[in-house]
Amino acid sequence: MTLHRDDEASKMGMWIFLFTELLLFGGLFLVYSIYRHKNPDPFAHAGSELDVFIGTINTIALITSSLTVALSITAIQKNKPKLAIGFLWLTIVFALVFMVNKYFEWGAKFEHGLFPGQEHFMSIDKGEQLFFFLYFFMTGLHGLHVVVGSILLGFVIMRIRQKRVTHDNFVFHENGGLYWHLVDLIWIYLFPLFYLIK
Amino acid sequence: MTDLIQKEHLNFFQDKQGRKGIFAWLLSTDHKRIGLMYLYSIMVFFLVAMALGFLMRLELIKPGKQIMEPETYNQLFTLHGVIMIFLFIIPGIPAVFGNIILPLILGAKDVAFPRLNLFSYYLYVVGALFALSTLVLGDGPADTGWTFYAPYSVRTGTNVSLSVLAAFILGFSSILTGLNFLTTIHRMRAPGMTWFKMPLFAWSTYATSWIQVLATPIIGITLLMIIAERVLGIGLFDPALGGDPILYQHLFWIYSHPAVYIMILPGMGIISEIIPVFSRRRIYGYKAIAYSSLAIAFIGYFVWGHHMFTSGMSGQARIVFSLLTFLVAIPSAIKVFNWIATMYKGAIDMQPPMLWAMGFIFLFTIGGLTGLVLGALATDVHLHDTYFVVAHFHFVMFGGTGYAFIAALHYWFPKIYGKMYNIKRAKTAFWITITGFMLLYFPMFIAGFKGMPRRYYNQLPHFQVENFISTVGSWVLITGIILMITNIVIGVRKGHKIGKNPWNGLTLEWQTDSPPTIENFDEIPTVTEAPYEYKS
Repeated sequence: MTLHRDDEASKMGMWIFLFTELLLFGGLFLVYSIYRHKNPDPFAHAGSELDVFIGTINTIALITSSLTVALSITAIQKNKPKLAIGFLWLTIVFALVFMVNKYFEWGAKFEHGLFPGQEHFMSIDKGEQLFFFLYFFMTGLHGLHVVVGSILLGFVIMRIRQKRVTHDNFVFHENGGLYWHLVDLIWIYLFPLFYLIK
Repeated sequence: MTDLIQKEHLNFFQDKQGRKGIFAWLLSTDHKRIGLMYLYSIMVFFLVAMALGFLMRLELIKPGKQIMEPETYNQLFTLHGVIMIFLFIIPGIPAVFGNIILPLILGAKDVAFPRLNLFSYYLYVVGALFALSTLVLGDGPADTGWTFYAPYSVRTGTNVSLSVLAAFILGFSSILTGLNFLTTIHRMRAPGMTWFKMPLFAWSTYATSWIQVLATPIIGITLLMIIAERVLGIGLFDPALGGDPILYQHLFWIYSHPAVYIMILPGMGIISEIIPVFSRRRIYGYKAIAYSSLAIAFIGYFVWGHHMFTSGMSGQARIVFSLLTFLVAIPSAIKVFNWIATMYKGAIDMQPPMLWAMGFIFLFTIGGLTGLVLGALATDVHLHDTYFVVAHFHFVMFGGTGYAFIAALHYWFPKIYGKMYNIKRAKTAFWITITGFMLLYFPMFIAGFKGMPRRYYNQLPHFQVENFISTVGSWVLITGIILMITNIVIGVRKGHKIGKNPWNGLTLEWQTDSPPTIENFDEIPTVTEAPYEYKS
């Protein structure tokens, strides 16, 4: 079969896929808002147990990583592949910072017995249980997306090295960037919902 | 030189693209081969689920226990529903005929993302294996019904997690197929084919794909929540643990009501192709049919509440949902009127595809009108969860989508295989099937109206007559279906060769060879006319 290249089509495919991702989280946001409405006090109380400091660092890390991924796309467009790879590595480092923070955060919750199924967890208020369940479910699903996004950016680096992504053929790189922005965007909503609203 | 020309004209069955044996199928990214793999898989699952339905009808032939325990019956109707819905009717027309025909009808060489297409097929296979593995693994198949309503689905000991995971994976496959078709329709139409010169099958596939993409993620996340709730014991939907079971119903129907339009819209597209070809007339109200597909897809999002009239909703919400349900009937009716207006004064040729298409119109109209009875508040309270619902659902889904699927199979068969099946036998199969269909499903309306509840393995004596007729009808229906499939299989093996365009179709798929070559067209056609310009 002859090779057929259509950058518009590739980008359109990616955008539609991003819609589905938004709706996937949309279902969870809906459940979150309904249970928050039903249990305002337990949710506020449970929310105060999260560490705003770590959350803020993670937010800064992710927003900056969105910048670096955008810079890497500009770099490849200007035919500077080495610079582009550098920015992509930087993005992955920010992702690592995020995941390491997450690890410590989850670890602390686990020690306090707040993970669903643990003995202490079963004894707290039903509304707080829902909060922590949604917290683990939603940040867990988001964390999974961070990992998938980092792997995707790793593939972009590989393809730049192989010269399959170049200054006149960078749609794969752009799509990787789009996905990464989505990961960032979802976190921007998760952060206030769990850490900030009192 | 002659060697080269010969090679160029290998059809897609002969051209294995250098792959050996079964790998010519398993690794092929050709949309026609993938479509056929879907067709064969889907037919197998259809026959399995039909066999389950046969057993259920046998159990209900008269009051009292006949052949199975109540628990077995619950598992049977769940598995029947899960297989029919998630493995046959949702993927059915898009994955089979969308794949094989959509690129041909648009004048394209393939879909936009051929490798993603193959990946979707494998997701479908994995999902199917998960669903079927519940038969032999662990504590047996789920017994919740295909709706997996909480809190029962959270508490039952049967293998709900695996069934739900299967539905999740199948949903993912469905999303990727929809995404692929959307991009294909936007980017790969032949030169000159503007939006309003696009055949109506492509229009309905377009509307369907949007629903697949925008509704499926909601069920995906809801099903994941069911699994998490089962594994971790959190009261997300279980009221005993502080959850809300009505919320589950909302989330479920936010997807599953649009999903019934995923099932029926492509069928309507097929009927819109067949009717003008066998009436030799231009389609009446082309734009109305095209727009009504989009209208159904759009309004279909806002009617989910009509599944929950009796499960606890405010009076205002119920009135709004009921009104919106009436609205969604309008575009469906527009289509039916347009099809009939197309046939009026046409030179109608009663070939098998046309017979099945007219069967569709007849059965779908009954199914659609009884849907209004269920969408009206006062009558629904009486008929909710009775056999009336079962009858309505089978009229629109089997009589609608199922008949459209079979019509499409008979319509595009000569294009796909380059051969013809036995026309006379195909017509006989149609008449047996529709007789069986009416015997099987029509008495359910009456039984339901008299109050017989659905999903019971037993019945009160005064429903006996209806149930007996219904069970006998199932035997007739199955005979017809088996005759139809046998005829198709014989046609594939021994049918006589046929030219490019046996039905005198005007859409692009009839301009290329039968079977088409790997790249479909030697030269990409240019479109100058609207799709159904029959000169009379």
